[in-house]
Amino acid sequence: MDLIAKFNDRQLEALKLKKDIPDFKAGDTVRVGFKVTEGNRTRVQNYEGVCIARKGGGGIDGTFTVRKISFGEGVERVFPLHSTNIDSITVVRRGKVRRAKLYYLRNRRGKAARIAEKTNYRPKSETS
Amino acid sequence: MRSGVIAKKLGMTRLFQDDGKQIPVTVLHLDNLQVLAQRTINRDGYTAVQLGSGSAKAKRVSKAMRGHFAMAQVAPKRKLTEFRVSPENLIDVGAEITADHFLPGQKVDVSGTSIGKGFAGAMKRHNFAGLRATHGVSVSHRSHGSTGQCQDPGKVFKGKKMAGHLGNSRVTTQNLEVVQTDAENGLILVKGSVPGSKGGWVTIRDACKKKVPDNLPMPGAIRKAEPVVENADDSQVEESGEAES
Repeated sequence: MDLIAKFNDRQLEALKLKKDIPDFKAGDTVRVGFKVTEGNRTRVQNYEGVCIARKGGGGIDGTFTVRKISFGEGVERVFPLHSTNIDSITVVRRGKVRRAKLYYLRNRRGKAARIAEKTNYRPKSETS
Repeated sequence: MRSGVIAKKLGMTRLFQDDGKQIPVTVLHLDNLQVLAQRTINRDGYTAVQLGSGSAKAKRVSKAMRGHFAMAQVAPKRKLTEFRVSPENLIDVGAEITADHFLPGQKVDVSGTSIGKGFAGAMKRHNFAGLRATHGVSVSHRSHGSTGQCQDPGKVFKGKKMAGHLGNSRVTTQNLEVVQTDAENGLILVKGSVPGSKGGWVTIRDACKKKVPDNLPMPGAIRKAEPVVENADDSQVEESGEAES
């Protein structure tokens, strides 16, 4: 393994000790607790929506995109998976989708933008 | 003025800080960086240290260079560079320079050979605007325009910016911030990008346009003992604690 991969692994291990990243993928509804600093105090703001894309794998550069409809307007936020600003990630609902990237949801509204729930979800073994 | 270091550019990554910030960093590796020779006023008329980095196969090193390495009693090196230093900052031959040579927060200048782009047009090479997309322009949308005046000078002035070879030249990026150093693994993390490709050699020096920090290690951060490969692991464990924090 090259040195930069080793360096990233060391950083990842340190980051993983602080927070648990659940197994989730595109189509799942997730709630992201995001730390917001106002003046000198921080609070955790929840952002809940459908994860429509995961990029960059599970490594240090990994990100995921969460889309929600806020006051009738579609809002998307891209979070770095290992950002220290993320307090927690919880999976609210497992979606059943056939794409890795759900960009088609951007062109859909309301009923058409629904995602069926995955009923046969089985957690991955301890390896991940 | 103290010595700089030779480093190998490993590539870029990001650092997550505890306050939520991410820092884009270039990871630079000090690979068996040792002093090979000294230049002194008496003998050479100036003072400098010659550093060598990397490792080369002895059978692929010329006999003359083998003799040079044998004189310094170090293993053959891949890359050799001289750094001008003031006389009190000369470092003993054979000493190994470690990554804590630089302090986090310090500014450094990084020089390297930029990535070669080949023969490039004026738009790419000098940021010319090119010609218009329409209004009668044909074929020459990406050309430079006029190159001069009329019969009066009757020539194109020297130094006129035109198409030509781009890249593969020595470039220095000044005032990059050192974010973190890791003496155990010989890594220096510098904020932002540095010239050159991955695996390329760069030199790092204290920034010439910034005041150097007071608590810099002053001829340099040196590991005196000749590192032996077998018990190198043992000696590195002790230092890891301070480097990681």
